[in-house]
This record gives sequence, structure tokens and C-alpha cells, in this order.
Amino acid sequence: MSETVAFKPFSRPQMAARVAQDIPEGWYVNLGIGIPTAVADHVPLEREVIFHSENGVLGMGPAPEKDKIQPWLINAGKQYVTMRDGGSFCHHADSFSMIRGGHLDLCVLGAFQVAENGDIANWATSENDTAPAVGGAMDLAAGAKRLWVMMEHTAKDGSPKLVQRCTYPLTAVGAVKRVYTNLAVVDVTERGFVVLDIVPGLSFEDLQARTDAKLHRAS
Amino acid sequence: MINKIVQSMADAMAGIKDGSTVLIGGFGAVGQPNALIDGLIEQGAKDLTIACNNAGVGRVGLARLMDLGRVRKIICSFPRSSDPVVFETLYRAGKIELEIVPQGTLAERMRAAGAGVPVFFTATGVGTKMAVGKEHREIDGRTYIAEQSLPGDVALVEAWEADRWGNLTYKQAGRNFNPVMAMASKLTIVQSQHIRELGQIDPDHVVTPGIFVDRVVHVPYGDPSGF
Repeated sequence: MSETVAFKPFSRPQMAARVAQDIPEGWYVNLGIGIPTAVADHVPLEREVIFHSENGVLGMGPAPEKDKIQPWLINAGKQYVTMRDGGSFCHHADSFSMIRGGHLDLCVLGAFQVAENGDIANWATSENDTAPAVGGAMDLAAGAKRLWVMMEHTAKDGSPKLVQRCTYPLTAVGAVKRVYTNLAVVDVTERGFVVLDIVPGLSFEDLQARTDAKLHRAS
Repeated sequence: MINKIVQSMADAMAGIKDGSTVLIGGFGAVGQPNALIDGLIEQGAKDLTIACNNAGVGRVGLARLMDLGRVRKIICSFPRSSDPVVFETLYRAGKIELEIVPQGTLAERMRAAGAGVPVFFTATGVGTKMAVGKEHREIDGRTYIAEQSLPGDVALVEAWEADRWGNLTYKQAGRNFNPVMAMASKLTIVQSQHIRELGQIDPDHVVTPGIFVDRVVHVPYGDPSGF
């Protein structure tokens, strides 16, 4: 890396706030376990976005105060949540019908890799993972109207996560529409990755140096 | 007079055979029929295939059933948990078979079984290792894979309220897999927090109609805890 200009990667809360800013009122949204869960904290309650959880919860609200926990009310990450006025419960097959039937406007997932053709790998890091756990990731990736990904721009060892082709086992093919990283916001288009936004102080070339696939400037 | 309510756990578990496929409800500890799992441990059936979302936590319940060597195969979406020690040990030693199924496909396979649909097509898993060896079909320009229904010999279900006809309600996120498992099995056994008189459950509020239920046992244990 040759850049001399200092830059500060987006923090997790900044990433979550950036995603939240792009979610309009009225959308039905599933937030994946991990980094994406925090997005809900950045959507103001008066903007009515309806959050779905795979375990049959629609209209989820924020985490409860400690003395107001309802032991039967958890989300897919098995954390206690609350229910907003207007919320509803359903069973698992109906909950996944919301996902698989194309009723969710948006799903936000974490990922190990996203490819320039929209392929996503987010459930196993090797073909011989001892006991890989897929959960609802494949249903969400294939079923939601839009799939956005939130992840670090590079892995802990510095290797790029925005790649030409995924090397990890796939979760879904051609599914990702947009990626929010700690360095940039990138759309997945027919041309490949198109950069919408870069963290202040980082140049397009420096971003490219941290990315396996070719990046395109928004025109 | 129809009365599906049984007075003992032994009566609830009677007749479960070795080699059965057992569907077990719950998502984490919520809606998980722990008393029935303990009843199955006591009852003794072995060589079981278990379908449920997770593969057991710690050394109790499903983990204990596996630890006792009674489970041949587990069908689930998420074998990891906060403490999956028993499953991982058995799996690494090659002593238990694992079939990983995407969570929505798992639920749909059971709903299909309950509805008399032997095979259905879904976009979930297309292009992934889940699709290997499965029939592919293009319908209106999109590729789908065929998935088989997953019928159970036995379902273990947790309900909030039940009556003697087997009508059930659930509490909040405790519903999860329970209604589809009740539909999908030849013998559906329910543990319920509350037993109501016939007619006390408003027909508009019944989630699982009694036709899907065979036996009900009253287990008023309170709130779930620990995941």
C-alpha cells in the first residue's frame, strides 16, 4: 500500500447508520445475525420499517430493558426483543414463506465473500467444514427482493472479500445487489462492482488495491 | 368421548419404535418440548432420526439423547449452538449422521409432508452444494431444485394451551416449528402449559386444529430459560 493520506474506516455503528439511511418507510426487512442486527437501532421509530425475524416474528422492536424481558419473545439470533404495536407471530413455514415467496423488500446479511456477479458466500469457509451451519441464509439470499451485504472490506489477514469469484462454498448465486463495507458502498451491477461511496481520505485507487475484483466509478 | 389428554409421560410415549423419525419443535429453548424429550429418553427407543432446528445444547435434553447413542441421524439447519459439545464429539467420531437443510426448506419439507405433497421445487440452494444430486427445473426463466417432503413417525410439540380434542395455541415465538411438525407426523405428542375445557379456546384462536394431534400431556413448567 502506497497511500500517504490517513483515513479512518467506518465504524460498525457508522456502517449500520449508513445502511439504515437507505431503508425507506414501508419496507419489510430481515436483518441477519451479527453485524446487520445493529441496523435496526439506526432506523427511527417514526419511520415505519417492519423488521422480520425467521422464527416467526414480524414487527420486531428494540431490545427490552432488563426488567421487561419477555422470555418467549426472541429473535433468530436468540436474543430477547420486543414487539411493536401492529406486530404478529406466525409459524416457521409461514415465516419462511415471507422470505421464499419474495415478500421481504430487503435482507441484509454478513458475508465472507461477495463476487462481482453477485454470488455470496457466508455460511462455511471450507468444503470440509466439520459441521457447517446454514440456518436461514440460503432462503434469505435466494428469496428476498433485495439482498444487501454488510461486511469488512478485507478479511483479518488482509485478503480481499470483494472478489472476482467466490472461493468459499456459495450461499446463493447472483443474489447480492449492494455491499456496505467499512471502506465503501458498492453496487453490484451488470458491469460488476460500481463504487457509490468511499470513506473520506481513501482514494479510488487505494480502494481498488484492497479489492480483488475490478471496481468501476459511478457514472 | 374423545380425550387425547394422557395422565402420564409413559402413556404419552407409548409405542414409539426403534428406527423412528422424530420431529422436535422449538427454536433455541423457546417452544422446545423438554419434558417430552426427557420422556423419550426414558422410553428407550433407539436408532432414531431426529429433525429439529438445532443439534442440542450442553448435556441435557436432545444432547443427552445423542450422548446415550440413541440417535443415528440428525436433520437440522444449524448444528452449532452456544454449547454443541455432544453433537460435535459424535460427529467428529463418525458416530452420527448429519443432514444440513436450509431452515426454510426444512420447514417447507414438513409442511409439504403434512399437506400430502411429496416433492416441491424451490430456489433456495440453487447453485450451492445443497443442489448437488437434486433434480433441477427451469420454471418461467428461474431455476429451481426439487426437495422431498419430510414426514415424521412422531412429532414432539410444545403448546401454550390444549383441550381434550387436541386443539392448540402457542405463546409468542414459541410457535416456530411446532405447528408444521404437528401436521407432518403420524403420531403427534404435545406437552402443553395449560389444559382448557372444550370450548374455552376460541375457535378463531386455535393455531393447530386437533385433527393434527394425538396425545396431550400437561406440563406447566413456566418460562423457557437458557439457549
